[in-house]
Amino acid sequence: MSAPVIQLTGITKSFGPVDVLKGVNLVVNPGKVTALVGDNGAGKSTLIKGLAGVQPYDQGTVLFEGKEVHLTTPRQASALGIEVVYQDLALCENLDIVQNMFLGREELSQLTLDESNMEFAAVKALESLSVKTVKSVRQKVSSLSGGQRQTVAIARTVLRDAKVVILDEPTAALGVAQTEQVLNLVRRLADKGIAVIIISHNLIDVFKVADDIAVLYLGNMVAQLKTSETNHNDVIGYITGIKGSKETK
Amino acid sequence: MSEKLALNTGHEGTTRDQLASYFSRLKAGDMGPLPAVGAAVLLMALFSLLSNVFLTPINLTNLLVQSATLIMLTSALVFVILLAEIDLSAGVTFGTGMAIFVKLNQSSPNTWILNLLLAFVFGFAVGWFMGFFVAKIGVPSFVISLALYLAFPGVMLIILGEGGILTLQVPEVMAIMNGTMPLWAGWLLLALCLAATAAMSLWDRARRLKANLPVRPLPLLGMKLGGVAVIGAVIVQICNIDRRQGGLLSATDPNYHPIQGMPIVVPFVVVILFICTFMLDRTRFGRHLYAVGGNPEAARRAGIKVAKIRMTAFIICSTLAMIAGVFNVSRIGNVESGAGKSIVLEGVAAAVVGGVSLFGGRGRLAYAALGAFVISTIDNGLGLLGVPAGLNFIITGSVLLIAATIDALARKRAGGTLLR
Ligand SMILES: Nc1ncnc2c1ncn2[C@@H]1O[C@H](COP(=O)(O)OP(=O)(O)O)[C@@H](O)[C@H]1O
Ligand SMILES: [Mg+2]
Repeated sequence: MSAPVIQLTGITKSFGPVDVLKGVNLVVNPGKVTALVGDNGAGKSTLIKGLAGVQPYDQGTVLFEGKEVHLTTPRQASALGIEVVYQDLALCENLDIVQNMFLGREELSQLTLDESNMEFAAVKALESLSVKTVKSVRQKVSSLSGGQRQTVAIARTVLRDAKVVILDEPTAALGVAQTEQVLNLVRRLADKGIAVIIISHNLIDVFKVADDIAVLYLGNMVAQLKTSETNHNDVIGYITGIKGSKETK
Repeated sequence: MSEKLALNTGHEGTTRDQLASYFSRLKAGDMGPLPAVGAAVLLMALFSLLSNVFLTPINLTNLLVQSATLIMLTSALVFVILLAEIDLSAGVTFGTGMAIFVKLNQSSPNTWILNLLLAFVFGFAVGWFMGFFVAKIGVPSFVISLALYLAFPGVMLIILGEGGILTLQVPEVMAIMNGTMPLWAGWLLLALCLAATAAMSLWDRARRLKANLPVRPLPLLGMKLGGVAVIGAVIVQICNIDRRQGGLLSATDPNYHPIQGMPIVVPFVVVILFICTFMLDRTRFGRHLYAVGGNPEAARRAGIKVAKIRMTAFIICSTLAMIAGVFNVSRIGNVESGAGKSIVLEGVAAAVVGGVSLFGGRGRLAYAALGAFVISTIDNGLGLLGVPAGLNFIITGSVLLIAATIDALARKRAGGTLLR
């Protein structure tokens, strides 16, 4: 098995007197989907923000591909290949799919926007994820469904050559069919060798798509389990604190 | 075209397919410039029925010249409106700039070029000032520009002195709105426009082919060029008719100017519109401007320097407004304190009539310019009919309301995402 792309050890984070992360360990492998679960306030978002460079951790070590890194700005995280798809997606509805996928990283040729190369690359990226539902890549995002928007936001990370893609509740606002589509997309993303971290409240989804399940409980990583070696009740036990800490591996 | 792509790019299919998809987009409410075009055609038909002067070459040329100032001011405003901001002071900024210009000309008439340049520096500085307050401090643009709107007429009064009015004595600047070009120059301008349009389209086409992308059928480009050629030829021909025949001015009039040929201001407007459109459609800055206007938070997360884009937009707006000021003073021949006060609202109205959304991120410069032409046509036609000024304002206001309503309804039909 290949080496982990991210290894967190003893991560802590406090806001004033409130200790939100109390020495968290996490291992994220390439080509695998790692689900991050836990009750509201457990510290999931805080853990993610540290990886994204938005809100640096207080203490602990972050190994990226085996080397220690200090993530202090989003730009730095992005340069390493860590991309976050936030719940509100951060798309411009007035722009089309290609324009959104290259937002902030537009390619130029002869000092003007290289629309044709961007369009081609966008089509190829969507194709590599087997996306077929959009009518045209020049459609405005305002005309897309929730699932299609999620697709665009995820495909954007592929264009950016992400090594780690973090998805914050990607299916929370979606119906059954669209949830299915997005979960398939998440799977294909991992199959491309990308390490995917997915935050979700829906354990059915988690069991469908994840290889590993990491459970946070009040700022502690109480378990990191293989999906194949656990079940719903176990995971619910850890989430609610009924079961005690058992860090596997 | 080599391999078939997995997804559509909007360029596939025959000419017939392309036209069909255009009409289905129209039906879905994506009407583009059609409401403004419709309004322009309707108004021109109406005024030519009601007044036998409206369709004369001298009036149509006059309309072209009259509209130039508003077209420039509207184009300036588009840059900030696309960001969902507003610049109520764009008019009085150009008024103040022109007051500086004519005042400096009084003492040193020989350096008028430098004086004019200083007016533009003033415009640039005002844009920077406003942009700073909006982008860095967070004052709403409505408020900061309203403050300048209230203050600048005072500044003009101080500059212009007791009389509150100074005349422009620079023949070169007077010529912009009052001079005409030789007959062949109008045709040359049209030829250059066609060549530029064709060159850009063919360049895009070549790049698409090189990137293995499908391209639209050539007949569509032919239709586009044909349309530009016909409309352009009509305009050039009207300008080239001898306006002395049956005109309003007699040859003995002291204000008599050449009465044949395209007004000098037209190539200025065409070139500036071309450059601005290029900037908005084909540069990174333009793309980021639309992105910030559509969703500033998404733009910020994508690494776009939102504050810088905002500052730049305000600077462009105030600087371009100064060109509208030059047109204005060239046409009127003097600067009064309070110059530019009322035209700015017409500029905002023109942008809305042209389909530019005040919510930001939506609309095109060329259509806004068309909106300016519509508003100018109303002014011109009602003036010919001898309608009282009060009624003129009421009608302009109504047209704005109708345009905004048509736009809102069309968008609602298109999916209603804007209205949420
Ligand atoms: N910026 C902050 N300042 C103070 N407290 C915070 C801040 N961010 C998060 N918290 C607190 O940290 C705890 C964990 O929050 P969060 O990471 O958002 O949990 P989750 O995403 O798992 O619901 C919560 O109690 C929350 O109130
Ligand atoms: Mg959260």
